[in-house]
Amino acid sequence: MKAAALLIPLLPLASFIITGLFGKRYFKEKSHYLSVAAVAVSWLLSMYLIIQVERGEELHWNIYSWIVAGNFKVEVGLLVDQLTAVMLLVVSTVGFMVHVYSIGYMHGDGGYYRFFAYLNLFMFSMFMLVLGNNFLLLYVFWEAVGLCSYLLISFWYTKTSAANAGTKAFLVNRVGDFGFGLGIMLIFVTLGTLSYSGVFGSADLIGEGTLTVICLLLFMGAMGKSAQFPLHVWLPDAMEGPTPVSSLIHAATMVNAGVYMVARSSPLFAHSQTAMFVVALVGTFTAIFAASIGLVQNDIKKVLAYSTVSQLGYMFMALGVGAWTAGMFHLVAHGFFKGLLFLGSGSVIHAMSGEQNMRKMGGLKEKTKITYWTFVIGALAIAGFPGLAGFFSKDSILAGSFNEGYWYFWITALLAAFMTAFYMFRLIFMTFHGKPRDAEAFAHAHESPRSMTIPLIVLAVPSALIGLALGLPPENGHIEHFLEPVFEEVRGELHGFHALDASLMALSALVGIGGILLAWQFYVRKPELPARVGARFQGVYQVLLNKYWIDEFYFATVINPVRALGRGLWRWVDMGMIDGFVNGAARFFRGVGLVIRPAQSGKVQLYLFSMFIGFLALLAAYLVLTM
Amino acid sequence: MTPLQQYLALAGALFFIGAWGILARRNLIMIIMCVELMLNAINISLVAFSNYSPTGNGRGEVFVFVIFALAAAEAAIGLAVAIAMYRLREKLAVDELDEMKG
Repeated sequence: MKAAALLIPLLPLASFIITGLFGKRYFKEKSHYLSVAAVAVSWLLSMYLIIQVERGEELHWNIYSWIVAGNFKVEVGLLVDQLTAVMLLVVSTVGFMVHVYSIGYMHGDGGYYRFFAYLNLFMFSMFMLVLGNNFLLLYVFWEAVGLCSYLLISFWYTKTSAANAGTKAFLVNRVGDFGFGLGIMLIFVTLGTLSYSGVFGSADLIGEGTLTVICLLLFMGAMGKSAQFPLHVWLPDAMEGPTPVSSLIHAATMVNAGVYMVARSSPLFAHSQTAMFVVALVGTFTAIFAASIGLVQNDIKKVLAYSTVSQLGYMFMALGVGAWTAGMFHLVAHGFFKGLLFLGSGSVIHAMSGEQNMRKMGGLKEKTKITYWTFVIGALAIAGFPGLAGFFSKDSILAGSFNEGYWYFWITALLAAFMTAFYMFRLIFMTFHGKPRDAEAFAHAHESPRSMTIPLIVLAVPSALIGLALGLPPENGHIEHFLEPVFEEVRGELHGFHALDASLMALSALVGIGGILLAWQFYVRKPELPARVGARFQGVYQVLLNKYWIDEFYFATVINPVRALGRGLWRWVDMGMIDGFVNGAARFFRGVGLVIRPAQSGKVQLYLFSMFIGFLALLAAYLVLTM
Repeated sequence: MTPLQQYLALAGALFFIGAWGILARRNLIMIIMCVELMLNAINISLVAFSNYSPTGNGRGEVFVFVIFALAAAEAAIGLAVAIAMYRLREKLAVDELDEMKG
């Protein structure tokens, strides 16, 4: 088990180093051999670890002391428990599938080797993030996945928008990481340790106020990484990256790091009512906020991006109301179906020769059958269609918030679920149904190569079935038992499954189906309706289309003032004062030089004359002074 | 016996005439001659001091011979430079010899 846990991250790391060093000159378009193989082995080993954990084994292994300075001690160690196993399941499976998919999607790209090297580096960092056994390791690899995210968003770095999006992701994440770092420091100052076991073992020793501050700071990091309002702005822009990246990093794995961190820190959060409420509030608000923006977006990837933000909000809401298992369940289900949806959108973009605007698509159903059907499965799953993954996970979240007495969160989340079903099927109807809007692009449209369709099919399976496999029966499903040791002490008591729960379940199913039907009404039966509604509610439509002007707000309040400040400092302080001082010194000596230069006339007699005068002056002074 | 002051006045006058010549004349030959004039002014004052000093015993005169030797060497080199310069440039105005000026 130790060897497996160690090899899971190290194989992608080795592949990253080798592919990164030799890919450009030697591997070229064969770069994927090594990196896909490495991730495939990591996937097998992850499955092995999950089975071991399932059998009741755990791994707590301090490999070596990394930092020992006074009472500050940090070990590099691996921790494999149920929570890690759940994360490994998503990360390794989606990661593996995305690697396979990229063979087809990135084929012929100039940076082919670079892409696979970065993906491997990301896999290494993400594995270490979930395997680490203390907060500092978590922080280090938290930043490492952020770096990979940056590198991959701006993968096509010659495109200005991609380079800007990468920078934006990096900067917005820094805001959250700033709080995260402070939170970790506060943990150390309070408890003197950073290892999970040490911190969680003495969580109840921390004062209420301090604990709340710690949790809120940690959650700030989660808000950045998991794109929660108001730090969500980077994720939609991150869609500038290649689509496999959007699928792997910005839907299925990295953005879940925040959820994982809060779930991992559940012993801390559970002790602070305030922090829990903030988590739930931010999560719920983000869920409805991002879903409403998703209603009107026209870029296929942007819709999915806002959907991701919204679903992440769902997960935080679950954690915040104390439905820990439901949150993790949704993380798993969402990882699979959103990974699938992004890969599917990549396949669509591939078919349309790079077109992402849904208003130029339509009718693709006939030409891309596999993509269409897998996409429908993914969309049904996220819409909460009964029986599919999202139905069980979303329902367990809704039931959790309802049973814990947060009816206002419940209603909001239900509304968000309705919107989710609507915009997902709006996407499907605009893309795959109806008449082709761009005849030329449609004529060239074709199904993707097999390296791309097979991952779609593979991911469609868990998207459809994982709910049944893990979530049934509600509150007593497999995942509930599996995660029990992790959340045993922090979760509320189970209510059991009653008639009320059954009716809630039926209600959330109805809401999902209602959303689908409304989308059908809007985009299939009466295609002229959206424009009419848009014109009728022009104000609302503009607000949504412009994403509530959040970006503009940040530009006005933060970015432009900071830029103006920078420009002012540059112009007045740097150029005016510092350069002015340096140049002034030079100019001063130059001026003095100009004045006294005539003295160096080269006329020796003049020099002698001055010497003579000087001598006489000294003599006179001597005489005067000695007299 | 002539008082010391008269010797010194003569020496001083010669010295300043020589100094003025060095500073004011432009001809290299004249400058060299003025240097000689100044050296001789010093010689006069040395001999005078030696003669008036109770413990002189000819020490001042000894210096005069040293200065003679020095002046002879200086005149030899200086005139040689002047001749070489004249052959090269056909003029001896010192203020026009400014090739070394930076």
